[in-house]
Amino acid sequence: MNLAFGGPAADDKPRLPGSLHMNRRLDTWLTFHADGRVSIHPGKVELGQGILTALAQIAAEELDVALERILVAPSITGISPNEAVTSGSLSIQESGMALRHACADARALCLSVVAQASGVALEDLRVEKGVFLGPEGPLGSYAGFAERDLLDAEASPDARPKPAAARRVTGLSAPRLDLPAKIFGEARFIHDLRFAGMRHARMIRPPGPGAGLLEAPPEALRDGDVLAVIAPTEAEAERLAERASRAARWSEGMALPTDWPAWLATAPGEESVVAGQGEAVPATQSIKRRFFRPFIAHGSVGTCCAIAAFDGTTMRVWSHTQGPYNLRADLALALGLKPGNIVIEHVEGAGCYGHNGADDVALDAAICARLSPGAPVRVLWSRAEELAQAPQSPAMLVEIEAGLDAAKNLAGWRVHARSNGHSGRPGRMAVPVLLAAPLLPGGVPIPPAINPPLAGGGGAQRNMVPMYRLPALSATMTRLTDMPIRSSALRGLGALIHVWAIESVIEELAGLAGEDGVAFRLRHCDDERAAHVLREAARMAGWGRALPENEGLGIAVARYKNTGAWCAVAAHIRAEERVRCLALHIACDMGEVINPDGAMNQLEGGAIHGVSVALHEAARNDASRLISDSWEAYPVLRFRDVPRVTVMLIQRPEAPPLGAGEASMAPTIAAIAGGIHQALGIRPDRLPFTPANLIR
Amino acid sequence: MMIHFTLNGAPAAHPEGGTLLQALRGEFALNGPRFGCGAEACGACHVLLEGRSVPSCALPVAAVAGRPVVTLEGLGTRANPHPLQTALLAEQAGQCGFCLSGIIVTAAAFLRDNPAPDAEALRVALDGHLCRCGSHNRILRAIMKAAGEMRA
Repeated sequence: MNLAFGGPAADDKPRLPGSLHMNRRLDTWLTFHADGRVSIHPGKVELGQGILTALAQIAAEELDVALERILVAPSITGISPNEAVTSGSLSIQESGMALRHACADARALCLSVVAQASGVALEDLRVEKGVFLGPEGPLGSYAGFAERDLLDAEASPDARPKPAAARRVTGLSAPRLDLPAKIFGEARFIHDLRFAGMRHARMIRPPGPGAGLLEAPPEALRDGDVLAVIAPTEAEAERLAERASRAARWSEGMALPTDWPAWLATAPGEESVVAGQGEAVPATQSIKRRFFRPFIAHGSVGTCCAIAAFDGTTMRVWSHTQGPYNLRADLALALGLKPGNIVIEHVEGAGCYGHNGADDVALDAAICARLSPGAPVRVLWSRAEELAQAPQSPAMLVEIEAGLDAAKNLAGWRVHARSNGHSGRPGRMAVPVLLAAPLLPGGVPIPPAINPPLAGGGGAQRNMVPMYRLPALSATMTRLTDMPIRSSALRGLGALIHVWAIESVIEELAGLAGEDGVAFRLRHCDDERAAHVLREAARMAGWGRALPENEGLGIAVARYKNTGAWCAVAAHIRAEERVRCLALHIACDMGEVINPDGAMNQLEGGAIHGVSVALHEAARNDASRLISDSWEAYPVLRFRDVPRVTVMLIQRPEAPPLGAGEASMAPTIAAIAGGIHQALGIRPDRLPFTPANLIR
Repeated sequence: MMIHFTLNGAPAAHPEGGTLLQALRGEFALNGPRFGCGAEACGACHVLLEGRSVPSCALPVAAVAGRPVVTLEGLGTRANPHPLQTALLAEQAGQCGFCLSGIIVTAAAFLRDNPAPDAEALRVALDGHLCRCGSHNRILRAIMKAAGEMRA
């Protein structure tokens, strides 16, 4: 069921597109209303990426209903389809293609009923703005199906969505449906939910992982070793929390490593083969390089928030989770409730770039609601919790050995990666993985994060396999089975280091071959769509032009997950007292584009996120806890340092659509590294590319 | 003790204690000013205090006694939008939108003092505002566009 995790489901049912295969009923996906509006009920959720707008466009297109008449219902467990997690740049493929097919099927069903009732031949019927039209004029509208059970049926595999040439709503840049409310300060974020009698809670955390409660403060409510304060107002809750935090006494937690490259190289783990093929041809020149990236934080501008209400039987939770059903499964495990007695309703949070604390705070709120049944309880995380308690994207070590044969062709490639797993999401393990769960009575430690199989996109091994023509490849990884810092998915996952490592080695080999980096890549690239975006980015950036001596132009290309969008990025950098990225040129091919402006916004956003990771970001810890728990301690890219960005979409309306959210980030990091090499003659081997790491 | 001040043009009163942000989001149920850090380090909670853009997350509510406070809601509405709001929508300048309220407030104060702004000065003015989605360039374009509209 979870395409983002396990690959397509294997069953003998007729194949239906995307998430429709596992959620086959039409009324799971859409509802006709008596006023002519149509609700769609995607299981994917808005994370700031604009998915709701794109999904509404797809529905409007197939139904021939005006876009403003499409309502997007919030995802609610028990009602909405289970689309697992909104992740992996898969929402258009999974939810969009499901809706496209379901809406085409619904439209065809309605038209067949209209044809039968009116005697007008099916081929003489069309739909305009939700109204059925025959040669003689209108024959009713979707509103007429509001009270009928036409959609109380499985989708037919025979439904035929419109051909690309007939599309009029998708492919256009519809404005975001959610943006006006956010720009006018209307209640749209979860933080804006206000219920009558709602109480405010704050959690009292142990000083570090593994610390146990010795003495609970009198202000705090307690469930096992989970401590919370609850008050009628936020101001009062924060005053109580401050007092309680000072009074609580905890035992020493576990010792954290402080030399992460050394720890990564020696920590115990499970080794596995990611890919392997061929016999290496004898290399006449070869290099061996090692790359390191630190833990990085999600660092959303808004902190995690959840509201929960418990009536003694049913736990109702409002959450900005990426996976409502997955969260429900873990809450059931942690709270000892039946999943059917838990309802998760999605409400938008601030920008989400992966598995942050959204699920954790939902358990916090549910615990508080059980300690204080009746009125809803709202928990809002502090900035310190947001940066230091949420899962981090794990530190990684990658070693590549590669060479050239006598004819200056790539001779072979050996790569090994070591890190914690990149997926510690809820809903997938036998025990709950939520932050507070181990501290509940009978709680057990959170198991080490895992890596989804490559067919599901992979985790630490994402984009580990180069897309260049190689006579021989050996790709292996070690998933570390100690997890001192809770690790999970952040935009790009393993791709962030692999694309950089691959492109760095490729450039170095091109140098050994005496060949231009772009020409060398093109010579080893059999994927025409990859070559196309690479040539476009090179052209946009003026590849090969002369630059002042402290400036550099770097370029990189990757196909996200080796199955998603093709994206090339050229980065123009200047080395001053630190490296600045002046400009980015991005070319991307994501097949059919539902909303070009939205796609460009995502590509630019992902690239700017990449600049921030490349030049600024690293979580830091002492021997007992993460100390990068404020914006001072965890600096990110700011307005003054944001590069100019140009984006080019290579649109292929006939090709399957692919996601936009993650494609540009890894190539941006790699391109900046290339630019640094041109400017300074240094090949960075350690993220972030700060002066201290460059001269190391 | 009650603290009396002006909120979005109307008289307002709030008991002493807590921060201005807690009062605005709590008692006054405003959504515009947003909590991001509580340490005046991200810009999400900015409001206009006597016309200056200031963080409200660490400011005691008592500090605004007798002074005018304007939030995003006081700058414009759907029916009567501020030129910055119109321009941000026209440029689709946002992704998650969480940072926008504070940015609009700071930009409104900045444009009042710099009606024909220099793009670099604008970046400096916004440097205290974090945007994690990477909408910066769209936001900058929208503000420059609004500046043009406001001069016209």
